[in-house]
Amino acid sequence: MLRNLAQLFRYRGLIQSLVARELKARYRGSVLGFFWSFINPLLLLLVYSFVFKYLLAARYEGIDHYELFLFCGILPWTWFSTSLLESSGVLISGGNLIKKVLFPAEILPIVTVLANMVHFFFGLPILIAFLIYFSAPITPRELLWFPVVVIVQAVFTLGWALILSALTVHFRDIRDILSHIVTIWFFATPVIYPYTQMTKHWQQGMLNLNPMSHVIITYQEILYFPGPVGHGMWLVTVGVASSLFFLFGYWVFDRLRDTFAEEV
Amino acid sequence: MHAIQATHASKVYRRYSRRHQFTTLKSALLSRSLTRDLRPDETFAAVRDVTFTLPRGRTLGVIGRNGSGKSTLLKLVAGITKPTSGTIDVRGRISALIELGAGFHPEISGRENVFINGIMLGLTKREIARRFDEIVEFAEMKDFIDAPVKTYSSGMYMRLGFAVAIHVDPEVLLVDEVLAVGDEGFTHKCLDKFAEFKRRGKTILLVTHALGLVERFCDEALWMDAGSMKAIGDPKRVVGAYITDVEVGEEQLLAAGDAKAKELSTVVSPDEPATAVLPDHPVETAEGPADMFRATEGRWGSREIEITDVQLYGPDQQPGHVFHSGDPMTIRIALRSPVENEDFVIGIGIFNAEGVCCYGTNTSIEELKAVRIFGDAEALFTIESLDLVEGTYKIDVAIHKLDGYPYDYHRLLYTFRVKSRTKDVGIYRPRHAWRFSDSLAFDRAGE
Repeated sequence: MLRNLAQLFRYRGLIQSLVARELKARYRGSVLGFFWSFINPLLLLLVYSFVFKYLLAARYEGIDHYELFLFCGILPWTWFSTSLLESSGVLISGGNLIKKVLFPAEILPIVTVLANMVHFFFGLPILIAFLIYFSAPITPRELLWFPVVVIVQAVFTLGWALILSALTVHFRDIRDILSHIVTIWFFATPVIYPYTQMTKHWQQGMLNLNPMSHVIITYQEILYFPGPVGHGMWLVTVGVASSLFFLFGYWVFDRLRDTFAEEV
Repeated sequence: MHAIQATHASKVYRRYSRRHQFTTLKSALLSRSLTRDLRPDETFAAVRDVTFTLPRGRTLGVIGRNGSGKSTLLKLVAGITKPTSGTIDVRGRISALIELGAGFHPEISGRENVFINGIMLGLTKREIARRFDEIVEFAEMKDFIDAPVKTYSSGMYMRLGFAVAIHVDPEVLLVDEVLAVGDEGFTHKCLDKFAEFKRRGKTILLVTHALGLVERFCDEALWMDAGSMKAIGDPKRVVGAYITDVEVGEEQLLAAGDAKAKELSTVVSPDEPATAVLPDHPVETAEGPADMFRATEGRWGSREIEITDVQLYGPDQQPGHVFHSGDPMTIRIALRSPVENEDFVIGIGIFNAEGVCCYGTNTSIEELKAVRIFGDAEALFTIESLDLVEGTYKIDVAIHKLDGYPYDYHRLLYTFRVKSRTKDVGIYRPRHAWRFSDSLAFDRAGE
């Protein structure tokens, strides 16, 4: 397993080109093309702000610019959820490669996660524009946390992508159930509401047990809430756990590797 | 030094793919071999106990019927699937031409796909950039290389895939019947490329149905039959054995077909009108069809004289259905006439698969005057040399009055096959020879 993992490094050129291909191919043929990478998060923001700010008239303590708050959480969440949903089917749709070409299959889920990460990066300029517009209180010290949280999220997402892609080959039911799980996970994570809102004991327990809530809270602390990042210890813990989880995911994937060519 | 070494390699598949698989998540993660615990009737051995060594620089042709395990063997050698038991050891960079352009993305341009496909096959970006022009030229794609791949014709797609795979410059090249597609010119180009590989001492494993190619091009041939190795060695010998085996199979098939035709035509007794027979099955009537040359197979006639049996004999005097072009063939017709009769003509017609009459004659045309037939009789029609091209042929056998009134007419009820090593076209192969002046010379292809 570790040898396979080391081999993966040799394929970085391939991963790079496949990610580039993924990005190029995604909007090929649409009128706006690459601009969709920017427009998509904006539209998403519009929908959520409309629902929560005007329809449900949600008012949260300490949240002055709800749009900005929402944006800080929804951008990384989209990366996470889309990666999961896409990677679950990636081995099946890439079956041709696995069956006909000698090709390390783990590249497919990895490329999915990385391509979505690049999309996340494309959304950042919009976010920055928002931050400047609302003159958000960001200090350079806080920004040092930003790469850390991105890496933690990437490792955590990769672990899931490997497990889901491998298991979906054998249990195709996963694809159907996953979207619902991701939906409930979304609401269990403080994206549309601030974590301070969760005051009940069981609610706090739920947030603490949910690794994604720590990731999202860190983004919000860096970008939205004033003051230093108070969530650092939690994030480091999640980072360590995510690394172990990634290794577990890779182990599962490696275990099932030989069955892919027969089953997809 | 070997390039490919297979030692007792087997590949077992589950017969029922999905349901009998992992039932729980736990079994998915813990059971090592998925097929080991299954009962034999739930598994299917696609490749069974294959052992061979292919030294570096040799070319091995793998032949066999459909479903005999050739492609599975190739995938095992390529490392795409692992053998269930035994080992396969391959030394050197492999390029597998199993499905050309397998990794192409339809939305992006041919140029970008060449790069990605090349990287997938193990090249670096720089190596591809260096070979790019060569690849495009080989694929004859200069004008279209920047168009998205989805706009390519299947031939263009295949050519580009082939060009990339061949320019990976592998030490071991695995080819799975990819030459079947593509036009004549491109096929020749591919063959030239293979020949060049051979000259440069590369190892090639070729799965193909083109037996001539195996004979001309390969150093060794491996015949797979129902997952097992049936023979390996000198290509001429192995291909010969394979062809003989295929002929035996066809023989049995044709014999079964004939038996069925005969069975159907004897179900109805002569005085009953045949009504309950399906239209595309032999129809039996007392009256012949209006247009003799458009009739499908069937049997009709008054049966005052009956054809009781028809057999075809080859050069070995054994009844058979598969003959070689140029061999003698005898049609033996068994007849029975319960009463003495002196007005009859015996006729024979040979038709090819398209229904074209290749030859037809009867005793009256050949100015033989009937004298008498009584009781059991036999007529032998001998063709000294069956000068037909390869194909399936059907025979008419008939006995009728001089004025055409049918006693017993068997329309296309008997089938035989002509085999030929030469793939000439048409129907008739006249005995022929080529002669050339001194200023014109030929070599036998591949020698």
